[in-house]
Amino acid sequence: MAGTTDTTETPSTTAGVTGTASGEVLLRVRDLEVTFTTEQGPVVAARNVSFDVLAGQTVAIVGESGSGKTTVATAVLGLLPGNGRVTAGSVEISGRDVVGLSRAELQRMRGRVLGLVPQDPMTNLNPVATVGSQVVETLEGTGVARGRGAKERARDLLVEVGLSDAESRMGSYPHEFSGGMRQRALIAMGLAGSPALLVADEPTSALDVTVQRVILDKLADLTTSRGTSVLLITHDLGLAAERASHLLVMYRGELVEHGSAREILRDPQHEYTKRLLAAAPSLASRRIQIARSTGQLDAVADDLLAPTEVTEVGEVGEAVGTEAAPVIRASHLRKVFPGARRGLRRRPDVVAVDDVSFDLPRGQTLGIVGESGSGKSTVARMVLDLLPPTSGSVELDGLTVGARSQAEEVAFRRRVQPIFQDPYSSLDPLFTIARTIEEPLRAHGVGSVTQRRARVRELLEQVALPEDVLRRYPSELSGGQRQRVAIARALALNPDVVVCDEAVSALDVVVQAQILHLLAELQSQLDLSYLFISHDLAVVRQIADQVVVMEKGAVVEQGRTDDVFDAPQQPYTQALLAAIPGANLDLAIS
Amino acid sequence: MTAVLPPSPEPDEASGSGLAQPPVLAERGSDGDRSRTGGLFRRGGRGGRGDRAKDDAGASVWRLAFRRLRRNPVAIIGAVIVAIFLVVAIAAPWLAPYAGDATPGRDLIRPTAIPGPSAEFPLGLDRFGGDVLSKLIWGARASLIIGVASTLIGLVGGLLLGLLAGSFGGWVDSGVMRLVDLMLAVPSLLLAVSIAAVAGQRPFAVILAIGVVQIPIFARLLRGSMLAQKGQDYVLAARSLGLSRGTVTMSHVLPNSLGPVIVQATLVLATAVIEAAALSFLGLGGGRPTTAEWGRMLTQAQNELAIAPQLAIYPGLCISITALGFTLLGESMREALDPRSRKG
Repeated sequence: MAGTTDTTETPSTTAGVTGTASGEVLLRVRDLEVTFTTEQGPVVAARNVSFDVLAGQTVAIVGESGSGKTTVATAVLGLLPGNGRVTAGSVEISGRDVVGLSRAELQRMRGRVLGLVPQDPMTNLNPVATVGSQVVETLEGTGVARGRGAKERARDLLVEVGLSDAESRMGSYPHEFSGGMRQRALIAMGLAGSPALLVADEPTSALDVTVQRVILDKLADLTTSRGTSVLLITHDLGLAAERASHLLVMYRGELVEHGSAREILRDPQHEYTKRLLAAAPSLASRRIQIARSTGQLDAVADDLLAPTEVTEVGEVGEAVGTEAAPVIRASHLRKVFPGARRGLRRRPDVVAVDDVSFDLPRGQTLGIVGESGSGKSTVARMVLDLLPPTSGSVELDGLTVGARSQAEEVAFRRRVQPIFQDPYSSLDPLFTIARTIEEPLRAHGVGSVTQRRARVRELLEQVALPEDVLRRYPSELSGGQRQRVAIARALALNPDVVVCDEAVSALDVVVQAQILHLLAELQSQLDLSYLFISHDLAVVRQIADQVVVMEKGAVVEQGRTDDVFDAPQQPYTQALLAAIPGANLDLAIS
Repeated sequence: MTAVLPPSPEPDEASGSGLAQPPVLAERGSDGDRSRTGGLFRRGGRGGRGDRAKDDAGASVWRLAFRRLRRNPVAIIGAVIVAIFLVVAIAAPWLAPYAGDATPGRDLIRPTAIPGPSAEFPLGLDRFGGDVLSKLIWGARASLIIGVASTLIGLVGGLLLGLLAGSFGGWVDSGVMRLVDLMLAVPSLLLAVSIAAVAGQRPFAVILAIGVVQIPIFARLLRGSMLAQKGQDYVLAARSLGLSRGTVTMSHVLPNSLGPVIVQATLVLATAVIEAAALSFLGLGGGRPTTAEWGRMLTQAQNELAIAPQLAIYPGLCISITALGFTLLGESMREALDPRSRKG
């Protein structure tokens, strides 16, 4: 227990007073219940939700998808979709109940009292209007300023949110902005009317980690200096704990736990919070960090999924590793996509991957991390032989991949299998689960019908799915179950190498942790080698033995995961590592 | 996205997490010792025996769509209209009191007066003394034949071209799509008139004309749909299994691309009924003046509009209602297959 004792907070039904909070209750939610009318009848998306947000306070609602966190936020904003209704309870803003206010009355409050920073910067700006005009529109709509004044104010706002060159950026269209710039513009719009409460719904989930950190810092600066309260919605407990003084944990529509961030991290009460705490990769990564610095590695055995043996065994393993031939060797991989034609002109070629080399030792996990556009998925496709490299080669046990006979191709496919990111698109929606898992066996003519059926059942057991999913279709399964099916399909042919392309990125943290554990377990049972592609350093920290850091198509740094994470050599790697939320959190390891 | 969705009604990670039933939560240990617990397989075993009962709830994309369709009153109205139309068209020989081109009331016709409804002829007579009710019933049959046959031509032609373009890509795609663009560039009715002009004034010409006009629409639809499916990860997964391009296309890409095509086919049936009427209104349908066809009945009614407006109203109503039925059914199928497309 590395906890500090200087806290004066006491668990109570209201949020503790922290930071610049003046102690005045700005938002008071009591017994809120929200019901949606769906095809399957009424669904209660949130019930019995009560909490307060004090003036100037940042409160985070944490939960997985479907937990009702966004429902609560939209109910507070009066922006519930047409089929949703507040069926009980109250939402008071500065003492005024907003449930049941008319559209016009709510309209008057939005922008000036309530602000929103939406989730997806890609779709929340109007693509046919300039960014400047959209900020001006917000300013005029909230009545803050008009005409020339609004224009100047908009420019000031864009400067404030950190858009360099705001003057000329005013006239740009959203598609000319990067994701981070768009999110800055959206923050500017959210703050335009100087609202008392800003609701930020997963404001950085769609952004790269390094950008995420900068944006959140900016948001914190701006709201602190203005004394704006923030209701932060996020699925990442580490991020929430780092950014908010007070946490609300939601699970299946109910508020299962709330309290100060520090208290929840140190002493979670509800079973689900404990689970979340154990599962969040950012926290696990932080725990590993703490454990390594204090030498208590045994304590984090559950977080550390890579079966890296500590020091003395590691030395031996390393020696052996350099001797034994790697199962996959990529040498000087380069992929150039020809530039798209635009009229008569051709755009310049895009170098997606430039001189990437790595070895994947047998039975180990090689993580490839990088932000979007770093070329990591292109590397995955080349290793899978779904995309021919422009130059360089991939070798599987010393044999060059690609440009082979039919027989060799079949043999290669048996040995290298993929697991993709999106469990919603990686299974054929018209195939039953049984047929999906059996397909590789049938395609390669393995066994008789009964043998194949037995194998499918065995696979199902390996990925811990109940037998009754066999006759079901993907649409009836949850994301985690689908990903298990995808794993079963990948394992059907007893491959040596599995390429996991963001295999857990689309899953909720708890499910993500389960799938990671499953992968680790299968690895030790079946002696699998993983090429693990991810944008999430915290996940890679947990599962990979070796890591390759990529930026803009090139390798920035590579080496043993422990070495790279403990002592990153390159500024880019350092920036990436610093961007993992929760780096300064005090966590208990036990 | 998450902002507007209520919690998913899907079964929630029932197998792995134990979170589906909060009470189970406490007895589970950490994630590490989760996957091989007895509880899991007990549950699996129960599922094995119980899955026959559950099977009714289990559903493919198609069955789910059908279930949504059944709950949609608009779909029901459309389906009822279409069903009545089908029954009437198929059972015409038994339902209609007279043959389609018979003129049983020949002797009752006067130059200045066409008899209205009577006991013998419930909807009255036309200029030639034909029974209007019988002609409407036989007209349904003619519309059905033309509609189905022309839609089939459009569908088969469009599927072939779309499949070619969608599965090969590259210059095959470019070639096929330019051909399709060329076909689209000609106004549909004009193309139909020219085909009828070349092929002669026969019912077959009308069918061919209406069908050919639909080919580019089906081709583009299927190609677009296939391109979208080809980008999905399950197609990549199938390719990494070592399946040939043809197998991947036929067993994964094509079946998943057919949804919009089927919807379009239903909508085209509506258009075909209207266009068939339009072409025979223009006199391109061939046959004798007494042949029972809704479009031809409209043409003939023009001359008698002053003394017998009902002769225009009946076939007009039949055309509109039938087209409406197919359109309602098609639109609700579109909604059922892609619930996101629903407005509001």
